[in-house]
Amino acid sequence: MRMLINVPESVVPDALRGMAAAHPELHVDVERRVVVRRDAPVAGKVALVSGGGSGHEPLHGGFVGPGMLDAACPGEIFTSPVPDQMVAAAAAVDSGEGVLFVVKNYTGDVLNFDMAAELAEDEGVRIGKVLVEDDVAVTDSTHTAGRRGTGATLFVEKIAGALAAEGAPLERVEAVARQVADSARSFGVALSPCSTPSKGGPMFELPAGELELGIGIHGEPGRERRPMMTSGEIADFAVDAVLEDLRPEEPVLVLVNGMGATPLLELYGFCGEVHRVLAERRIPVARTLVGNYVTSLDMAGASVTLCRADEELLRLWDAPVQTAGLRWGA
Amino acid sequence: MSGKVTNEAGGSGEGGSGGRELDAAFFARWMTASADAVAREADRLTELDSAIGDADHGGNMRRGFEAVRGELAEEVPGTPGAVLMTAGRKLVSTVGGASGPLYGTLLRRTGKALGSAERVSGEDLADALRTGIDAVAQLGGAAAGDKTMLDALFPAVAALADSGGEDFGAARDAAERGAEETVPMQARKGRASYLGERSIGHRDPGATSAALLVAALAEADGAEGGTAGSQENDSSGSE
Repeated sequence: MRMLINVPESVVPDALRGMAAAHPELHVDVERRVVVRRDAPVAGKVALVSGGGSGHEPLHGGFVGPGMLDAACPGEIFTSPVPDQMVAAAAAVDSGEGVLFVVKNYTGDVLNFDMAAELAEDEGVRIGKVLVEDDVAVTDSTHTAGRRGTGATLFVEKIAGALAAEGAPLERVEAVARQVADSARSFGVALSPCSTPSKGGPMFELPAGELELGIGIHGEPGRERRPMMTSGEIADFAVDAVLEDLRPEEPVLVLVNGMGATPLLELYGFCGEVHRVLAERRIPVARTLVGNYVTSLDMAGASVTLCRADEELLRLWDAPVQTAGLRWGA
Repeated sequence: MSGKVTNEAGGSGEGGSGGRELDAAFFARWMTASADAVAREADRLTELDSAIGDADHGGNMRRGFEAVRGELAEEVPGTPGAVLMTAGRKLVSTVGGASGPLYGTLLRRTGKALGSAERVSGEDLADALRTGIDAVAQLGGAAAGDKTMLDALFPAVAALADSGGEDFGAARDAAERGAEETVPMQARKGRASYLGERSIGHRDPGATSAALLVAALAEADGAEGGTAGSQENDSSGSE
């Protein structure tokens, strides 16, 4: 497996150095592994901090900037960051209005963010927390680790970030972030496994002519393997899996997300199929975003995330955002 | 291969004789033997993790235990409890993932339970380990049979307690058996749980690394038949 790297051990710091070079509007602390808005702390504003394993770029570092996150903590590849990182990030961005941790539901992320919240609160920072758990491929049960956090993370960070930019207090930002997390569901498929630099090869074997349904974003195999399906068949399967859980009454935000190695040409074709299925199910679409946003290294495949959006969420979605990975408005 | 690392003159708990008095040097030796074992088995842990997880367990554990090795090479704290609490804190700030908080909690809470005594008995250790393991179960919300590190740790501490804190070799064997018995289990916690029934038939990487730590304990104690030897060790504590 050929990779554009130096050595596997330095992939994350190498990327952070490159990010620093490309984005002078960010302060990238390669040593402590935190990416922070250069103008942080922003006076009078609740700050948003997220983080997680690396390998999902542009999530989360690519979403740091006005209108979205104030800081991100990249861990090792597919490994949750450590509490020291979140504590350093929270200290760097807290204006006194408090900090919201956006946490994807993985055992490691939850445990490390919990420990960080305790430590940061000891230092006098008010901490709120929202858990993103949107992947319907995982059975939601008290007897499991629960649903994974995937594509909905982007909706939570964008919408809560916009609300924080308007000066809303921590309790309100946390409540809306939770509303978004509760209103969004995802389903993903893999057409090829991903390869981690340390392993140097694919994380699971996927025979030619087959695809993996219900994958996560860490190269873990999915729930089920089937003979290859067309884009239209995959859209039927994925959208129905989401709708079975979501049952939207309002118009939806749609994220057609690439896993990293699927070309935009294919993603747009898939997006057309997703819209077709939604039209057939009489679900109105309010906004659509297509691209590689919550990725899994070089995995081929895609996920669909739908988010029920009332007027308020739509307004916040449309608000300006200026980050490396997402940028629109003034 | 290149010889033992540190603390040759621990002066405690030699040869599995009864009535141990375990001192700080013994616990430092345990941590170093753990670092050796994790370094030696890192590729295997990663291989197991790639079957049902995300192929990073070996690398993460190695990074953490090398940091522990480095910390203890600078200074060994004065009491058994302090050694484990120092090691646990180091794991929390270097491992990441779920393993960092879980193994960190195991060592910190075990260390805390040992208190400030300069020497502890095998029975004290068994009691303290039980406290640490219970804390891990609570933190992770897991129970026996969930296909986690607990499936190695519960039998190990039971074996140690059953022998009145004397038989470290029995603890090692029980941990190894417990890890092996995770193969037919379906994971209910951690990343392997996402696979549902597809997690069946694979040995749990967390139970496997937990068994390595228990084997390292037996090795530090000088029990026979240990496999957590110090070949391929790196006494410099890289990074």
